[in-house]
Amino acid sequence: MEFVQNLPFISIILSLFSGPLSSVLDGKKAKRVNIAVISIIGVMSAAVLAYVVRTGKAFVYMMGHFPAPWGNEIRVGVLEALMAVFFCVIMLLSMIGGVREREIQIEETKQNLYYVMVNLLLSSLLALIYTNDLFTAYVFVEINTISACGLIMIRQNGRTIEAATRYMIMSLLGSGLLLLGICFLYDLTGQLLMSNIQAAVRALDASGQYHIPLLVSMVLISVGLAIKSALYPFHAWLPDAYGYSTLSSAAILSSLVSKGYIFLLIKIFYRVIGFGIVRESKVIHILFVFGIIGMIMGSLSAIKEKDIRRMIAYSSVAQIGYIYMGFGLGTLPGVIASIYHILSHAATKSLLFVAASGLTDSAGDSTDFSDLTGAGYRNKLAGIAFTVGSLSMVGFPVFSGFISKLLFAQAAVGHEIKMLPTLIALAISTILNALYFMNTVIRIYTPERRRGNEKQRVVPLREQPAKSAALVCFIVLNIFLGLSSEPIIEMIRTGLGMFM
Amino acid sequence: MSRRLSDDEYQKTLSFKLRQWLDGTKDPFLDVVETKPQEIVIEDRDGQDRRKKERNLIYEQVYDLKNNREMKWFERIYRVLSVAFCIFLVVMLLFAVSGLPTFGDPKNPANNEVSKRYIEKGLQETGAVNIVTGMILDYRAFDTLGESHVLFIATCTVLILLRTDKKYGKDTIEYREANDRTHEPKNDVILQTVAKILVPPIFIFGIYVILGGHLGPGGGFSGGAVIGAGLILYVNAFGFAKTERFFTAKTYKIMSFSALACYSLAKSYSFYTGANHIESVIPLGTPGAILSSGLILVLNICVGVVVAGTMYTFYVMFRKGGY
Repeated sequence: MEFVQNLPFISIILSLFSGPLSSVLDGKKAKRVNIAVISIIGVMSAAVLAYVVRTGKAFVYMMGHFPAPWGNEIRVGVLEALMAVFFCVIMLLSMIGGVREREIQIEETKQNLYYVMVNLLLSSLLALIYTNDLFTAYVFVEINTISACGLIMIRQNGRTIEAATRYMIMSLLGSGLLLLGICFLYDLTGQLLMSNIQAAVRALDASGQYHIPLLVSMVLISVGLAIKSALYPFHAWLPDAYGYSTLSSAAILSSLVSKGYIFLLIKIFYRVIGFGIVRESKVIHILFVFGIIGMIMGSLSAIKEKDIRRMIAYSSVAQIGYIYMGFGLGTLPGVIASIYHILSHAATKSLLFVAASGLTDSAGDSTDFSDLTGAGYRNKLAGIAFTVGSLSMVGFPVFSGFISKLLFAQAAVGHEIKMLPTLIALAISTILNALYFMNTVIRIYTPERRRGNEKQRVVPLREQPAKSAALVCFIVLNIFLGLSSEPIIEMIRTGLGMFM
Repeated sequence: MSRRLSDDEYQKTLSFKLRQWLDGTKDPFLDVVETKPQEIVIEDRDGQDRRKKERNLIYEQVYDLKNNREMKWFERIYRVLSVAFCIFLVVMLLFAVSGLPTFGDPKNPANNEVSKRYIEKGLQETGAVNIVTGMILDYRAFDTLGESHVLFIATCTVLILLRTDKKYGKDTIEYREANDRTHEPKNDVILQTVAKILVPPIFIFGIYVILGGHLGPGGGFSGGAVIGAGLILYVNAFGFAKTERFFTAKTYKIMSFSALACYSLAKSYSFYTGANHIESVIPLGTPGAILSSGLILVLNICVGVVVAGTMYTFYVMFRKGGY
């Protein structure tokens, strides 16, 4: 066994260990530890990715002295390693981008607790990505939920406490349904290891036994994870949670936490139940329909918003609709498009949050549109970054959003029933996206004619070097995803192949 | 109600003494007890106004009740829909459960080679007489590692929410609220005597449950909860001045950090050696001896420390918002 194969396990343990470590350090040291841990894990995951791509085979890592159905194990393929690298990059940039906001908005004595949350969140995301065991997945879903609550409410004002309460209620409901689903599956198959459950489910499906409990467990798991990732009718917690929490929290929550659950759902569909069985059940049509409704309703709510951060938050509802629509198609190209959109949306949404905070800096922290008129001139880099993000969201070529829209459209073409609704929904949603994002871009580049708004001030580039660096990296990442999408799509394809 | 006796005469009667004893204001052995009835908080005008204003502000700013058509619509159908939804859910789940394998049937899918190996080889492979402990701390130790971090992160979230780090002046409402002794009797003799007798056995029992986790029923989670309960009883009887001599926020931090770090390191060693097929140097010992079953004893102690600290910290945070 090569040493590289230890790295996924080391990265999970390292991030778990750094959580309690941050709790005994003070805020500044905890920040350094956090940045170091995320970077080290990013580098290690990149090494794992290179190794898996080279060997072309997924490997299983035994956690302890006992082989799989008795002990725990993790499993690493191309897709898992790719996700881990990507999540680390996004998390690092979000943390760097929000340094100043964290210092202002979080009480000084509680700064280190923020890093406890972030480190443990990272460990739970890694464990969700790598795990090959359903119950381990549930344990780390718990860590994920609690730390996300902490991230929302650590900026203490009334709105965030309310948002955290809502998030907690909805999210716990989701966890409960997920746990029920897992219990059903365990009762039917007697296994918790993903590959063993799949073999047992195949046998059950072939013999036609326990058809209804199997279907119900699928429904429970899908609905539970859909609530946690804010699919349309369950999105009520989202705008407040993203809109009022501190900047890095909003970026991390929107781009990583909800995506982690979606990835887990895809993994369960592929590795636990088997995509063929999922496709035959009606569950996938329901996800498809709600995905499409979400695409349109999310955008409509975003158009009505007068607050830039809440607008971006509502746009997330629409984008999560895209992802669910993609694998609601039930075809391999559809799932590939979904996974690509997970990456593209994560990169773009965190870019938009950081850029929007750059714009609001120039308006005295007001997030209201009326104060943002001409903000693109007062904070030039943030203006450019926001424009890039908006164009990517709308689906302008060169940027990552274009590729994912293209992939969705390609996946839809040739599907017997779902082709027309998908294409129509894509078209309508693109127009709606353009409506509110371009409206905002035009507003920030309209020169301010009114005089005497004392909130507005010019923010020079050098004032916030960390945020500027993060924005530049985000822009580069976005253009990279847009221009060289081919190798990444290839990796996703081989990764999904390894899922079998 | 009118009394036939005058006040002076009434205070000499037996019924008055009985009433005093029942109220707890006078003890036959200790004479007048220093108790303070709970103060009735009378909100002043400003406070009422402020509260009303805040509530209206929330209604207007957050929900915009006057112009919120969605909200009105929602309120109308909410009750009907929620009942209908609950009934649907109950019926669906009952229907699904009725289709599950029969409970307790030996041919159930859950009775397979996995549980068979736990039962038949558990003692030999983990060295733990208690199979459950062997399962959670050796076979599936990764899950338990995650679970103890769940406890830790839950405490951290409670700290974020409830810990008051600001220092208030002596005359403010916040200071009086933080000083938790205003709301309850001071130095209750009964409680203190009972605590004096009970707390040491509780601690010893908790330690026994933790240390014997691999030999019989028990383990870190249950033993830690027992010790935490003992700490809470102690703080109720004697107040924070006494507990803070040995248990402060710093103690908790160091305790939980070292326990979790110890857990992570110990388990990393066993994961690493296990996955790389290296023989572990930790002996399993004779089953039944206290120093046996490899790392399980150490892990039980770590979990116990974390759980005890978590219980006590939760209590302190909810009661006073700081150590």
